[in-house]
Amino acid sequence: MIRRFASNKGAVIGVLILLAVIALAVSADLLFPRGPWAMVQRPFLVPFSTDGLPLGTDTLGRDVAAGLVHGARVSLLVGLVSTLVALMIGVPLGAVAGFYGGWADEGAMRFTEFFQTIPNFALAIVLVAILEPTLGSITLAIAIVSWPPVARLVRAEVMAVKRRDYVDAARLAGLSKFRILTGEVLPNTVSPIIVMASLMVATAILLESSLSFLGLGDPNAMSWGYMIGAARTVIRSAWWLSFFPGVAILLTVLALNLIGEGLSDALNPHLSRKGTA
Amino acid sequence: MAVIAPILGRLVKALVTLLAIAVLNFFLIHAAPGDPAVVLAGEAGAADEQMIAQLRERFGLDQPFHVQLGSYVWNIVRLDFGYSFRQGAPVLDLILDRLPATLILTLTAFCISLTLGIALGVAASARVGKASDSLLTTLALLFYATPLYWAALMAVLVFSVELGWLPGFGYETVGAGYTGLARIGDVIRHLILPASTLGLFFMAVYMRMTRASMLEVAQMDFVKTARAKGLSGPVIRRRHVLRNAILPVVTLAGLQAGQLVGGAVLTETVFAWPGIGRLMFESLAARDYNTILGVFLVSAAMVIAFNILTDLVYRLVDPRIGARA
Repeated sequence: MIRRFASNKGAVIGVLILLAVIALAVSADLLFPRGPWAMVQRPFLVPFSTDGLPLGTDTLGRDVAAGLVHGARVSLLVGLVSTLVALMIGVPLGAVAGFYGGWADEGAMRFTEFFQTIPNFALAIVLVAILEPTLGSITLAIAIVSWPPVARLVRAEVMAVKRRDYVDAARLAGLSKFRILTGEVLPNTVSPIIVMASLMVATAILLESSLSFLGLGDPNAMSWGYMIGAARTVIRSAWWLSFFPGVAILLTVLALNLIGEGLSDALNPHLSRKGTA
Repeated sequence: MAVIAPILGRLVKALVTLLAIAVLNFFLIHAAPGDPAVVLAGEAGAADEQMIAQLRERFGLDQPFHVQLGSYVWNIVRLDFGYSFRQGAPVLDLILDRLPATLILTLTAFCISLTLGIALGVAASARVGKASDSLLTTLALLFYATPLYWAALMAVLVFSVELGWLPGFGYETVGAGYTGLARIGDVIRHLILPASTLGLFFMAVYMRMTRASMLEVAQMDFVKTARAKGLSGPVIRRRHVLRNAILPVVTLAGLQAGQLVGGAVLTETVFAWPGIGRLMFESLAARDYNTILGVFLVSAAMVIAFNILTDLVYRLVDPRIGARA
């Protein structure tokens, strides 16, 4: 499986980009010990014009490179944690719906459908605006709008797996329903969930940056979306302030999408061949 | 008749969903830190005690919880979304005033992205494995990862600031006094950048989907039969493969409508497009929760309308659906 993943050129590029972003995020305090908010020079310094400030300075004379590196932390953290929270909502709900069927399925699916109908970005805006923008509320809002596809996927997988012979065998062996679900059924639905999760981290990073762009970011955390939002009105005179953070988002999201596709190909070779051959 | 009954069912379901969203809105107001009356008054209300007393009375905040909920939902049913103290007008008026601009923008973006996405997907699938196919799939991958608002800003930078080809701001030229056709032309010129940047992401989604779906259908037996009959490649692709491959794309397009409406908030913010998304952005800074929740409800209603519309289209494209139901 790892060999199949490694032979996918796109996936390898994705892993390399992601590792670079993670390395920068981890070493942010070493690279830019003054933090992203410190005013280091005159404002509006053009990139590549001043030594030590390769990407120039922003409207308040803050180092754009420092902002980018510190912003990587927020993007990765929010992307990862909100996906985990979404999995914690979606997996149990989908598993119960698919495994027990009947009214539990009916109820859970109506609930999921309701959340899928609501425009998810609008709901995220409303949630963050009302709960006050903090890293916690942003993460929670993204998780709340991201779980429905997980629930649907897990439900479909559980319904397919529970008809297999070894599940019948477990039932005959006298295992309780709960033991069968957690011990026999769910472990066999893990690979599509992993693929979906890697794509969800990408979407979550886009959502977080969009919220910050609208001014709904955590005021204490530098983020890529905030940098672009703050530079929006000076786009005519200082293009680099919005250009570089955008490239950072693009590369990170692209890397995660490539990894997700690589995982999907490696974990379900039959499925993917139909789509790409 | 076979078409009307399921549509009626959809409408009933749509109304139930909207009521549920109204209930959700009520709980959100109460989830906000602080007195709900102060929350609803927003920034403007903080100074005025009398206004808050009025709000308290209007929402029956001294009444039991379920009575409050009932009166809130009843107000929504009567299309009374409350009053925006910040803008000095009823929320419904503000929204109705801005709604046409958003409808024009989202519908245009939807049509552009669906047409181009399907066309490019078909083109890529016809040249599968060749250089032009990899170019198209790589581009789709890039657009798919591009933040919507950033694409919009970069488009303004290139096409408006640098090249000066298209206006990058607003809905029409202010003070130009165009009438009739000249005015329509002016609005279209203003529409090009917002609609195409909003549609870019969705075009990538539809293109990938169309390509995959075309390749999947092309493997099926009836396509082999068509080839055995001696039909030419383009005819098979158009009349046999495309017709079947397009169905899942239409379904997906309907499901994506919600994201399109949500994305309009970002596009309208960048281009100062006077729609409900821009209204929501302005209300965020003013903490005008009444307006924010009103826009939220109306955008959900738009998504439901989009879904019913694609459902209708689906039934027209594929008569089997009606027969099966």
